[in-house]
Amino acid sequence: MRRQDDTTRRRFLALAGGAAVAGAAPIVSVRPAQATPATMAAAIHNVVGEAMVHIGKVKLDIPPLVENGNTVPMIVSVASPMTAEEHVRSIHIFNEKNPQPALASFYLGPRAGRAQVSTRIRLADSQKITAIAHLSDGSFWTISVDVVVTLAACTEEVI
Amino acid sequence: MAALINVPPRAKRGDIIEIKTLMSHVMETGYRRTATGDIVPRDIITNFTCRYNGAEIFRAELFPAIAANPFIAFFTIAAESGTFDFEWTGDNGFSATAKAAITVE
Repeated sequence: MRRQDDTTRRRFLALAGGAAVAGAAPIVSVRPAQATPATMAAAIHNVVGEAMVHIGKVKLDIPPLVENGNTVPMIVSVASPMTAEEHVRSIHIFNEKNPQPALASFYLGPRAGRAQVSTRIRLADSQKITAIAHLSDGSFWTISVDVVVTLAACTEEVI
Repeated sequence: MAALINVPPRAKRGDIIEIKTLMSHVMETGYRRTATGDIVPRDIITNFTCRYNGAEIFRAELFPAIAANPFIAFFTIAAESGTFDFEWTGDNGFSATAKAAITVE
């Protein structure tokens, strides 16, 4: 009985050691369990590039306290006259702690009339949501809001 | 595959109207596991487009963080009578379309 325990432990250690070596090899990519503020920054960089991001103009309407993260109403709007000369090109929404940093991207134009989009999102944890608007003059505007989530979404077990 | 579309049937020229859309879809994230530990494969809608008499007026890229049965509401200017064409595409070859008519006076 005792010998049996030893062999399983030895085998486990050998396997764990092998896994550690494999993990150290640079070709192995491990999918992170959640987006971090760093991956959110990288995702934002992909959209914005080196451009300056101003704070303001964008409004993000999310309940500050969410009971169920599986469906959270969200309204994003941008203060813009929405004319041919001056309108919102796109709005991108990001988060810190869901498995992926991107939530959604919306592409509008002067025909929208009003720069406002509503949808329902999932939130895996209490976190910060960031919206970035790209205007027709090339400038970027942003706003961030903090949301407290009591029941998380995305990663729960299927029953 | 059922879509719910809410477009005002008639509007004055130049009015800003709201278009509400809802498509029934599980939006499986690909991060959930079954009781046996297997990952449930991702199955989501990735793109949504709305065309007004053939011209694209709104487009969205969706990610797993969009709740099941994606609801998207947006605005447009009622410019002329005609139709709105909606299109959803996603994983596993998912594709769905819907139409709505509007009379502009």
